[in-house]
Amino acid sequence: MYTTELKERNQAVQGLSLEREDPERLAAFEARVAADDFIEPKDWMPEAYRKTLIRQISQHAHSESVGMLPEGNWITRAPNLRRKAILLAKVQDEGGHGLYLYAAAETLGITREEMIEALHSGRAKYSTIFNYPTLTWADIGAIGWLVDGAAIMNQVPLQRTSYGPYARAMVRICKEESFHQRQGYEIMMTLANGTDAQKRMAQDALDRWWWPSLMMFGPPDENSPNTAQSVRWRIKRETNDELRQKFVDVTVPQADALGLVVPDPKLKWNEERGHYDFGDIDWDEFYAVVRGEGPVAKERMTARVKAWEDGKWVRDAAAAHAEKRGMRIAAE
Amino acid sequence: MLPDATLADYALRLGDDSLVLGQRLSEWCGHAPMLEIDLALSNIALDLIGQASHFLKFAGRAEGRGRDADSFAFRRDALDFRNCLLVEQPNGDFAQTMARQFLFSNWQELLFAQLQHSANDTLADIARKAVKEVAYHAHFANEWMVRLGDGTEESRARTIAGLEWMWRFTGELFERDPALKPLVDAGVAVDVPSLRPDWEDRISRTLAEARLELPKPRRWVMGGRVGHHSEHLGHLLSEMQFLQRAYPGAMW
Ligand SMILES: [Fe+2]
Ligand SMILES: [Fe+2]
Repeated sequence: MYTTELKERNQAVQGLSLEREDPERLAAFEARVAADDFIEPKDWMPEAYRKTLIRQISQHAHSESVGMLPEGNWITRAPNLRRKAILLAKVQDEGGHGLYLYAAAETLGITREEMIEALHSGRAKYSTIFNYPTLTWADIGAIGWLVDGAAIMNQVPLQRTSYGPYARAMVRICKEESFHQRQGYEIMMTLANGTDAQKRMAQDALDRWWWPSLMMFGPPDENSPNTAQSVRWRIKRETNDELRQKFVDVTVPQADALGLVVPDPKLKWNEERGHYDFGDIDWDEFYAVVRGEGPVAKERMTARVKAWEDGKWVRDAAAAHAEKRGMRIAAE
Repeated sequence: MLPDATLADYALRLGDDSLVLGQRLSEWCGHAPMLEIDLALSNIALDLIGQASHFLKFAGRAEGRGRDADSFAFRRDALDFRNCLLVEQPNGDFAQTMARQFLFSNWQELLFAQLQHSANDTLADIARKAVKEVAYHAHFANEWMVRLGDGTEESRARTIAGLEWMWRFTGELFERDPALKPLVDAGVAVDVPSLRPDWEDRISRTLAEARLELPKPRRWVMGGRVGHHSEHLGHLLSEMQFLQRAYPGAMW
C-alpha cells in the first residue's frame, strides 16, 4: 500500500528491458522467486526488479513520513490525555515505519537523501490519501479505521514479498498496524455512540474518507499493466481490485456496526458473488491527486520541505561535530 | 485519603511541568530535522504525558473533589496551572527546544531521584518509574547540546541564543516555596534549593564539553508556581483544550 501506480512509472521500468539481462541468471532468479525464496541485497537481480522495488519501497517510505502530517495535525488538540498518548504513539510508529522502509530501500543502492530529494522535487510520489485534510477529531478515527485498515489489507501480503529486507520491514510494520486500526475504530465507536454533534462528526468523516480510501488500492486492474509483472516477481501478491474488494467486504459490516452510512447508494451485498457490489470510483479525482492536485497536496509538500530545510543546519552540525570528534580522537 | 490541598498543589506542580512540556514537544511531531529526532521527541513527549497523567490523577485524589487527570488538564485556566515558566516557552528552533530540554530534564532527573524516596508512596512510585525516563531525556539533550554547541558556527550561535532565551526561567526551579514547608518537613516534597549544586555541576560539565559558556547571572523571571505565567501558556491551553471546551460534557 501507500504506493501509487503511475503510467509514467510503468514506462520508466519498461525502458529497462529484461532482454538485456543474462538469460541464465534471469531464469535462475525467476525460479527462486517462483519458489518463494527471498532475494537478499547481495544477490543478483534484474535491473528492472531493482528499480521497481526502489520506487515501490521509497514511495511507501514517503507515505509513512508524509502520513505523519494529517494525524499530527490533531496531536496538540487531542481531546484527553489517553487519546493524546495513543495518537502520539501511533504517529511515532508511522515515523518508525518510514525509517525501516528507507533503510530497506537503501539496501538497493540509493541513499535516504536521494529519496527525500526525489520526494521534495515531486519526482517521487506518495499515497494519494494523505492529500486530504483532517478537519475534525473524527478524521483521526476515520484514518485509523479506514486508512490503516486499507494499509493492512495491502501490507499483509507484502510480508511474503520476494525481497527479503522489504518483507522483514513489512513484518514489523504489520504488527503495529492492527493497533492503529483498532484505535481508529474505537474513536469512531465512541463518537458514533456520543452526542449528536459527535455522531455528525463521525458520519461526515466517513463521507469524506470512504472514496479516497478505496482509491488507495490504486487504479483498476485493467489500467494497471504492471501488475502481472509485479505479481510474477512477488513484489505484489494480489491485484488492486482483489484487495479493494476485500477491504469493502470487511469494512461495510463495521460501518453497519457503528450505525454509520457508507456514502455509496450502489453498495449492495451480492449473494451470488459472495461480495459487496459497490459504485464507481471517480478515477479522474484519483489521477488528479496523483498529479499533485489533491486538496492539501501543497500544504503537505510545503511542510515536508520546510522541515527538511529548517533542519539542514542541525544535520550539518551533527556531521561537523562527528568529524571534529573523529579528528580529536585521531590526534590523541 | 483525607483531602490535602497542599499535597494536591504539589502534585499539580509536578504534573503540570510534565504536561506542558509534553504538549510543547508534541508540536514537533512530523516537523523535526530528521526522522530519528522526530521519533526521539515523540518518545520524550509520550513519557511526559504519561507522568502527567499519574501526577494529575493523584492530585485529584489528594484534592478530594472528584476531579480526574483530564479535568485538570483540559478544564483549568492559566491562573490555576502550576508549571514552571521554563516548560511553557515556545519551541523556537531545534536549538531553543534542546536548550529548554537540557535545562529542565537535568533538573527533573535530580528532582525525581529524590522524590522516589518520598514519604508519600504514590509520589515515590511515580518518580521511581519516571526517573529512568528522564535520565534518557537528559542524556538526549546533553548530547545535542554538545553536537550543536561544538558543531558549526550557525549551530553554535543558535544554541547560545536558545540558552539565552531559556536561562532567565531557571531560577524558578530552585525557589523554595514556604507553602510547601510542611510537605518538605514531612519528607514528602523535595527541597528544591538543595538540587542546585548538582544541577549547576551537570550543566557546566555539558556546556564545557559543548565549548559554550554558562549564561551570565541575571534577574530571574518567576511566577509559574502561583499561576502567573508567560503569555505563551494561554495559547498553548486554548489549543490543547479546544475540544473539551467546544463540546462540554462529551466523552471522547
Ligand atoms: Fe504505517
Ligand atoms: Fe499505521
